[in-house]
This record gives sequence, structure tokens and C-alpha cells, in this order.
Amino acid sequence: MKLITHNMLQSNVKGVKNGYPLGIRATKLVIVDVPCNLEYVKNILSRIDYAVLRLAARALGYDELPEEIPKEAQSNEDFFNRVHHALYNIEVEEGVLVCQESGREFNIKNGIPDMLLKENEVK
Amino acid sequence: MSRPEHVNPPEIFYSKDEAKKYATSNRMLEIQTKMSERALELLNFPVGSSKLILDIGCGSGLSGKVLEKHGHFWIGLDISRSMLDIGKTVRGESSQGDTLEADMGTGISFRPGTFDGCISISALQWLCESNSSDQVPIKRINRFFNSLYGCMIRGGRCIFQFYPENPKQVELLTTAALKAGFTGGMLVDYPNSTKAKKYFLVLFAGMLPGQALHQQMPVALGTEEGSSIKYESDRKHTKDKKGQIKGKPAVKSKEWIKNKKERRTRQGKDTVGPSAYTARNRGPKF
Repeated sequence: MKLITHNMLQSNVKGVKNGYPLGIRATKLVIVDVPCNLEYVKNILSRIDYAVLRLAARALGYDELPEEIPKEAQSNEDFFNRVHHALYNIEVEEGVLVCQESGREFNIKNGIPDMLLKENEVK
Repeated sequence: MSRPEHVNPPEIFYSKDEAKKYATSNRMLEIQTKMSERALELLNFPVGSSKLILDIGCGSGLSGKVLEKHGHFWIGLDISRSMLDIGKTVRGESSQGDTLEADMGTGISFRPGTFDGCISISALQWLCESNSSDQVPIKRINRFFNSLYGCMIRGGRCIFQFYPENPKQVELLTTAALKAGFTGGMLVDYPNSTKAKKYFLVLFAGMLPGQALHQQMPVALGTEEGSSIKYESDRKHTKDKKGQIKGKPAVKSKEWIKNKKERRTRQGKDTVGPSAYTARNRGPKF
């Protein structure tokens, strides 16, 4: 699972008001190499929660993201490369996602999180 | 195997063996790729742009491959773990896609305004089935469309290719989608052909100001004249007075027997080959 997915995912377990963000723990990480598309990263930056991305990346051992989005970000290629790396190159192979509010855990196996919920678990 | 959704729930039907069959079948590959290309065309993104697309029922990622070929990034979900595992190996490491194991009937759990577009190839019909006593299709359908509407950006499009079992299903799905806030409707490609006919549910998640023109229903393929199968009123074979078909050798004639022998040999049946005596008049008998 990539961090872009983690950044967009929220929990819709019954009774949860704000199921975002999900906690993330990894026991096995892989660094892959997805070609970077600057135009796309610039676009997607307005949609992702930067603070969440930074925390998640740090939790997985990538500490290269600045605390705030730099002011002259549009021309800062280096910054976008780092965001791309955090979003797409860090792959969680084994680990767990946790809904902070309900405590429900979602296992990540073979890089694919198991988000299956039973009928009585959802609204 | 006309309706897999009647056989077993999706996570069981697409078991390890079935998933492997599906992923290695050339025919499946061709059909799925074609339909994904068409769905992507219906999404109507500007040429050369890279978007984030949701793929519902991504399976082993055949549709994802098409999205990647056009430079898009995608997140796919599917209920079958076996299909996802195969997809993961096939895609390799530098893929622009990511997958989740999730059930669309329990809602699409993404943040509001996440996706530029959504495609789904041959998956929606599964939503109309109840696979356990606690699953109520209508409730699942409503939950699905409501949550999907939430995670699309304003003006985003959703294209569902699916196989409706009957008109009632189509009505059920469209009504639920419109109730959730979508606009749009059904699009039928090649409506005059039995085999090539494809159903697409085209949905618009609201629209941006000034986008009213952009959000017109796309035009279906194969509706113009000439592409349809013409009705031929005159019969192919006209019979003469004796009941013989014109243009063909008369029954039991030499020509006819020769043809028959040839046909049978071709079919690999036990036949005595033609000789000098074939269809010769045996002469009068006492």
C-alpha cells in the first residue's frame, strides 16, 4: 500500500464520526521506483492532507518532508520530488491500519490492506 | 457460466484458480481492455493529462493497465483477494496503481473530493445480489452511490460498464444513483447487436460552473445507420416448383453425392471416397 492511498482512506466503521486519518504501523517496507510526474504531483498536492502525509512518512522512516509546504512551492522541483517519493515510492508490504476512534484494525498483507467490513459494522 | 453472480459470492467465485484463468485468458484480456479503453474515453479527460482514478472491481488490474498506459494514476478496490494478489505480481513495482481489498456494498471509504474520475468494468451487477442473509441489495446500492458521490470531485465522471440482468436492475441502479445526487444515465453501445452490445452507466457528480456543456451525455457507438444489421426481407434460397433450391445441385444427383462425400471426409467421418461408380445408374433390374 502506498501513502497516497493512506492519505485518502478513511474509516467508515459504524458510529465513527471522523475516521481520518488512520493510524499506520509497518512491519515490512519496500522502496519502489515509480516514475515521477511533476504536473500530477502539483495537482494532487491541493487534495492531500500534507500534515497527515508528513506524519505517516515519518512513521515509516522518511523524514525529508519540510514541516510546511514551502511558499514558492510551484517552482520548487525538489520539494515535489520528495512529495512524490513519499506518496508513491514507499510501499507498506506488511503492517496494520488502525481506526483511531473505534480501534478497528485493518491488516496489510502482501501490500494490500484488507478493508472488508461486515454488514453490521457499517452505517 | 452465463451469470457468475448466481453461482457464488464474488470472493468465492473468483478463487485462486478462477483468478488465474481470468488473468491468463487472452480473450478476457482483449474484452476487458477494450471496455476499459471505452470507459476511459467516456471519462473525457483532456489529452495528455494525468488524473487520479478510482477503479471499482479492479480484479487483477487489466483496466488499471489501460489507465496507466494513458498516464493516469489509480486506486483500485476488489473483493477477491486472489485476484488482487495476482494483479500485484503482474503489475510489478513501478506501477502507478494501488489496490485495496474492499466490498463496494459497504461503502467507498475515501475522503471527500478525492477522485477525478471513476471506472468500473463488469462489477456493478454483483451489487444487485444478496450473498448472505444480512445483505440487503437496495441498502447496499444506496450506500454505495451515496459514499461514491462523496469521494468524487465536483464535475467528476463515473463510468460503469456492467451486465444488467433485466430492465428492473437498470432502473434500480439509475434511481439509486440519481437519488444520491448524480446526474446522467444509461448509454448503450451497439444497441442493435446481441454480442457487441455494451451497457454503460454514465454518471456526473455535480458540475462546475461553466461546465454545463461539458456534461452532456456522450454519444453511443454503433447507433448510426449502416453499422446495424439490416433486415433482409427476401429469402436467401428460393425454391423452384419441384422443391429444389435454386443454384444448388439437385438432391441425389451426382454433384450432390460428391459434395456430400467431400463434406463428410472433411468432418472426419467414415466415408467411401468417390470412384468411377459413384452415383452411376445401376440399370434395370428384374
